[in-house]
Order: sequence, then structure tokens, then C-alpha cells
Amino acid sequence: MLQTRVAGRRRIALIGLAGALAVSMSACAESERDSGGEGQTGGQLVFGAAGAPSNFDPFYASDGETFRVTRQIYEGLVGLEPGTSNIKPELATEWDSSEDGKTWTFTLKEGVQFHDGTPFNAEAVCANFERWYNQTGAGATAALSYYWIENFGGFKGDGKPSLYESCTAENETTVKLQLTRFTARFPTMLSQSSFAIQSPTAMEKHQADNVKAQGDSFVFSDYAREHPTGTGPFTFVSYDEANGAIELARNEEYHGEKAKLDKLIFRVIADETARKQALEAGDIDGYDLPAPADWDSLREAGFNLMIRDPFNILYLGITQKNNPALKDLKVRQALAHAIDRETLVSSVLPDGAQPANLYYPEAVDGYAKDAKHYDYDPEKAKQLLAEAGHENLNVELWWPTQVTRPYMPNPQGIFGAIQEDLEAAGFTVTPVSKPWAGGYLDQVEVADAQLFLLGWTGDYNSPDNFIGTFFGTPDNQFWTQGSPWGEELAKQLDEADATVDDAEREAKYEEINRKLKSEYLPAIPISHSPPALVVAPEVKGLVASPLTQEEFAPVSISG
Amino acid sequence: MLRYAIRRVLQLLLVIAVLSVLLFAWLRSLPGGPVSALLGDRGTAETRAQLEQALGLDQPIYVQYFNFVGRALSGDFGTSTGVSPGKPAMELFLERFPATIELSLGAILIALIGAIPLGYMAARRRGGWLDNVGIVGSMIGISIPIFFLAFLLKYVLSIKLGLLPTGGRQSVGLDATRVTGFFVLDGLLTREWDAALDALKHLFLPALALASIPFAVIFRITRASVLDVMDEDYVRTARSKGLTARVIRDRHVLRNAMLPVVTTVGLQTGALLSGAVLTETVFAWQGVGQALAIGFERKDFPVLQVVIIAAAMAYVLVNLLVDLSYAVIDPRIRTAQKG
Repeated sequence: MLQTRVAGRRRIALIGLAGALAVSMSACAESERDSGGEGQTGGQLVFGAAGAPSNFDPFYASDGETFRVTRQIYEGLVGLEPGTSNIKPELATEWDSSEDGKTWTFTLKEGVQFHDGTPFNAEAVCANFERWYNQTGAGATAALSYYWIENFGGFKGDGKPSLYESCTAENETTVKLQLTRFTARFPTMLSQSSFAIQSPTAMEKHQADNVKAQGDSFVFSDYAREHPTGTGPFTFVSYDEANGAIELARNEEYHGEKAKLDKLIFRVIADETARKQALEAGDIDGYDLPAPADWDSLREAGFNLMIRDPFNILYLGITQKNNPALKDLKVRQALAHAIDRETLVSSVLPDGAQPANLYYPEAVDGYAKDAKHYDYDPEKAKQLLAEAGHENLNVELWWPTQVTRPYMPNPQGIFGAIQEDLEAAGFTVTPVSKPWAGGYLDQVEVADAQLFLLGWTGDYNSPDNFIGTFFGTPDNQFWTQGSPWGEELAKQLDEADATVDDAEREAKYEEINRKLKSEYLPAIPISHSPPALVVAPEVKGLVASPLTQEEFAPVSISG
Repeated sequence: MLRYAIRRVLQLLLVIAVLSVLLFAWLRSLPGGPVSALLGDRGTAETRAQLEQALGLDQPIYVQYFNFVGRALSGDFGTSTGVSPGKPAMELFLERFPATIELSLGAILIALIGAIPLGYMAARRRGGWLDNVGIVGSMIGISIPIFFLAFLLKYVLSIKLGLLPTGGRQSVGLDATRVTGFFVLDGLLTREWDAALDALKHLFLPALALASIPFAVIFRITRASVLDVMDEDYVRTARSKGLTARVIRDRHVLRNAMLPVVTTVGLQTGALLSGAVLTETVFAWQGVGQALAIGFERKDFPVLQVVIIAAAMAYVLVNLLVDLSYAVIDPRIRTAQKG
């Protein structure tokens, strides 16, 4: 009897303890939430990131997770008008070029200083260009200097031609850049995050260029890991890797309109469902790239789903190397007629996706609206195959696993739809699936695939950034070197990019686009898909960027 | 005892050496690799080849292996390519290791505190309601997929009821001092009670989810073991001698029933890492389990190598400790070792 009573008391004590713990925990959770909204200015915003940034020196980066952070810390000579892919003045107020387009003069904004208190001026700009051009060793590999190599070509003394020739500080606010040739991509390409201007003093002090290959990767400098120093509206505070949080603070000395938030925090949550749940529970205020399958439920729950203008392309790549039948234009045209893009877009892709006719979106220069259009016509496809003597043609169709991309949010669904279409048009499809980073990319790049799903998100508004990247050298994933027109296409692209006169250049790109569709057809454009981002209803002032380069300075959290 | 310990340590080294060869060969046999992780869809065939050369991935595999071993012996396991690009893998591991240990300890603690008393009580009142609930509960605990349980707990307690955070190890923006890397302990050591409580709140749900299997297993082993011991002659003798229930429980039943439980706790601790992979992913817990999951997805060889080798070492070490503690608890084993 006594024993029972004691046990009973213990049980009550245990229940009481558990209850007290739960109440105190919930009280803390509530007080944490209450402190979140502090009106139009001030407060902190926590944004969910899908991955860890590689480092905080944007020159050595090529991934979106890094750029999302560095975009708030640094500025470039030119920036992007919010919500568009058009450039606007940023650290340069205006610019002008010589008639041959090889000498560019930039006038710089006055009264700007870096976060370390040193002045931003013409010498600082030239120090940055010289730093980029003088990379050696590991710093000169594509894994680190990807955007320089893609846009400027070679480095000093490495034998490869470079677009960059010299930089001269004419006076405090005037920079003269000398290029080795004209390219239509300049100065738009300077809007890319990699070409942000960094503090030469801080870079020297913390040995920014001290990057080296080690093991299977690279080790970055102290500058890149702990001391990023720009002129932007936010300053770097800390990267708490143990908790996966990057903290930025408002730059009180900012030269423009100061950021509204006191603190901007990026929290790494690798799992997509976990990001969604963190938003639902109020632990974060927003995140990028919600899965299209979640769009409706997020909207219904009252979150602000922002759909960006699509600035990408999904294509069905054709490699002419391993299946001789694919060298025949009629076979490639049969593929184009076989795919029902309209149905694919409406059934498999998210709201706002559009069927693609060319290899880049309409917002990009040189878009030829009158380029040949291949209607969905399986009978025509069968007829073309028969004419080519390849009825029942066996083709390998490659698709990637373990990945989603903004242009390919559902690889398996897209693959399924295309497979069905191709089989209905008389092709025999052999599916090949491989993990994205586990062989797919490697093998597609060396032209091992026959038909494959891949795409591209534009870095800036230029046709060269799309079709120049795809077909600018004949040694590419489409194996255009195997075609009589491969070299010619590469030459035409070079010529168009080097054409100084705007109207003339536009006409050349339009002509290339027409030929790409009617005569070459090295791949079948499928669709442009809009990536989205989502924020809590209290988050105001965020403008979605088609290039995913959102700025958080105008963002506030309302009560 | 010492010779036994030395022999076990040598066995451990051999296991690690063999494992490193197998692991290295296996990872390199997979298609793709660090180059894809670093370049993504931005690389061309040329830039890929250039990068392979820069990283020494174009060398014969045995050269790569010996380079790896040479560097690993000095603690350099290479640099992460996907989990936290640019961070030395060893540094990443050491930083994340306390997170996983903290989570595992939390889980084991929950399991021990709950399962041993419950197991004992269930055995004492065999066939009673507690016993029946315990058996059904432990069956559910063992069979329910851990990620599902994690989702369920999170959905109910975090999202619907808002009682606990959905993930992470500490609230962001909380300026907590870090000493050991164990956040709860750090809060206590520095007397930052807010930080300690905050860390505890973050720890509770993932630890609870992770505790499900060890809880169930320890409950069942304790129950079975106590039942076995209670049927032993010496317990009957003790009863017939008129010893009090408390003395019988403490001196005879619990002490002897604990042997299989200790073994189980050891094995369960070692096995926690596999559960941690899922739990840490669901709760955005920056531990080695999450690093392993992301590392596989992004083919981060350096991180996979350091985590798998360290996990194997931890597993073997825990088992060694279990065997040694066995010897401490049961003198007969010690004597057997001498012979």
C-alpha cells in the first residue's frame, strides 16, 4: 500500500516535470517569435539557403549559394535593374567606349568607401582587374576563376588570348579599361557577381590570392573565409559553420540608401522539405527555389510565392558522335516534330513555364521570332524518319537523377513525357539514367550521350552567354565538330559578338537563330521554366530577379 | 588485461587500414566525382580535364591512394568539394563531430532514462498493462522508419503546436560563446543559460527521434534480461533467505541483468550514426550524419573518406570499450582473459 502511494507520487512528479518542461519550452519559443517583427526598419531576416557557400570571395566562386550572400556585401561597376536583366549604374555612374569598342572609360561614384574604411576609387578598380588577370596556379583553374575564363579568356603569361589588356586610373574617379578586341558582352558581363569590386587593402592584408589545390579540392584564403570586404549595403559579421548560419549587418556607412534590416542571416538547410517546414513554423522568413509541387500549398498557407521571369532554357541535346543516324538533319527534325512541348509544359512543368522555340528566352537580344517552328506532328516525324531511311530508329535517351535544376524541376517527369512522345513517333527509346554528379554531367560533356536532357540559366543578358556557350567552339557536348556546319557556326557566333554596330549585330544573331533552327538543329529547345522564391507575408520589398540576384537592402519586415 | 587491450587496438588499426583501401577504391570506381561537384553544369570537357590535372585526379589510382594516405597520416584528408566547399575535410569533421556526439548522447540518455526503468518495471509486472504497452511500443519503435518518426514529431510539436524549433542547433543571431562545440554544455560552462536552454530546445526533438530504436531495443533487452535473472536460482535463494525486495533488486537482479544491456547500449551507440544520417537531414542538424548524406549526393570524396573512416573507428572503439567494461562488470571474464 505504502509502495503504491510512493510510486503514485513519483508518477505525478514525473508528469509535473514533463509538463513544466513543455510549458517553459513553449514560452521560450513564443517569446522568440514575438521578437521577430520590429516594423519597417530594423529587425532581422532569416533566409533559408539550400547549401553552404563555397567562400566569400566572389571572384573564386561560380555557385548561386555563394553569390546570394556576396551580392549583399559587394557591388560591381554595373548592377542590374531590380526585377530585370538590364544593367544599371552601380559603382560606376556612367561609361563610354571608343568607336572601335576597345577602350572603355568608366566614371566612378564619389564618396564611396569599403567596409574597412579605405576609399573606393579608380586605383581600387584597377587593382581588382589586375588581380583577376594575374591569377596563377590553382587560382587560374576553371573551378575557381570560371567567370573570368568564360568572359575574359586567358591570364597574364599563360599563352591564351585574353580580352583584358590594361587598366589605367586616370584620376580618382575615372578608369580607362583597354580591351584587346570588341565584344558585345561588355560591359553587361561586369554585372556578374564574380566581377564585384573588393577592397585591395583587405585583400592584401588577408592574402586573398592565397588559394591552393589540396586533396580533391581547394583551400581558400583567410580573406575568402573570414574577411570579405566590399562596398555593399551589408557587412560580413560571421559564418557560424557549426550552426550553418551566415550573419550580415547593415552597413551604417553605406553610400546609398541604407539597408532597412539590422541583420540579414542566411541559414543553411540542405533538405528542401526541412526548408519548407522551417518557413511554416516561422523559423525562417523565406527560402529560394521551393519545389513546384509545393507552390500551391505555400500560396494557400498565405506565403508570398514570387515567380521569377524565366531566364533559362531546357533542351533535348543531340550528340551526333555515337549514333550516325543523328547526323541526318531529317532525323533531328523528326525529333523536333515528335515532342509535344505544349503538353509537356502544361503537365510536367510549373506555372509560368513556356514552350521554347529558340535556344534562349525572348528577353535576350537577337531573338528571331520568325525562326522555323516545329509543330507537334508525330505523323510528320514518322514521315521524316522514313525519308531518312531510319524507321524504328533506336536512340538512347539520357536523363539525370539526384538533381533538380530551375530549368529542369522534375527530370524524371520530363524524361517520361519525351520518351512517350518519341515512341509515338516511331523511335525506339533506350533510357539511360545516371546520377547528376555521378557520371551524367561528365559523360554528357564528353559527348557520350545520344539524346540527353540538359539546360542553362543565363548569367547576363547576351545571346553569346547562351548560344555562344553552347556552340561557340565545335568541341562541345553536341559534337557539332562532326557536322559540316560546326566550324561555320562557331565562326558566325564569333563574328556576331565582335560586331560593334548594334543593329548589324542584332541582325546577325537573328540570322544565326534562323539557321540554328532550320539548317543546323543541334538540339531541340524544349522550355523556359520560372524558378520561384517564397517569403513570409511580413517580408516586404523583395523584388525577384530573373537572374536570381535578389538584393536584400530594400527588404523590411512589417509588424 | 593490458595485453588484451593492446591486441584489440592493433586489430582496430588493421580494420582501418583495410577499410581505407576498400573505401578509396570504391569511391573512385563510382562515376562522376569532385570535378562534377566543383563545376556542375558549367564545365566543358576541356575545363574538366584541366581541373582533373590540377587536382591530381588524372594519376593512377594507387598513386592517388598513397598520396591520400601520406596526407591523411598528417591529419590532412583533403578539402570538401560539396558539403562545405573549400573547408578542410578534417576541420569540417572535427567541427561537426561534437554535434553528432551531442545528438547521440541526447538520444542514448533519453533511451537509458526511459527504457531501463520501464524494462525493469515491465518485467516485474509481467503481463500487466505497462508490460503490454511497452512491448507494443517497442515494436513500433523498432519498425517505424526513423525519418518518418522525425517528420511526425516535427510536424506535430514544431509546426502545428510551435513548441520546439524545426531544426538547427541553436537560434540564429543568438550570440552564444562556443567553448567545446557541445552547445548545451557550452551554455552551462559559460553560464549563458539562455543559450543552454535554446540549445536544449533544439536538441530535444532530433534526440527523441533518434532515441526510438535504442529505446525500444534497450527496453526489450532489459525486460528479457530481468525476467531471466529473476528465474535464476540465486534470486530464489535470496528470496527464501528473506532479503528485502530492494536488496534483491539492486544486488542481484539489476547488477546481473545489466550485462547484456551494456552490450546492447554499446552496439546501439555505434549504430546511432546510421540513424543520425536521416535525423540530422530532417532537422538540419550540422553533424557528420548530415555531412555524410550531402557528401554522397555531391560526391564529396574528402568528406566521405574522413567521416566513414572516423565512424568505423568510433564503432570499433565503442565495441572495445564495451568489451573492456564487460570485463570490469563480470570478474569471470577478466579471469578468462588472463587464461
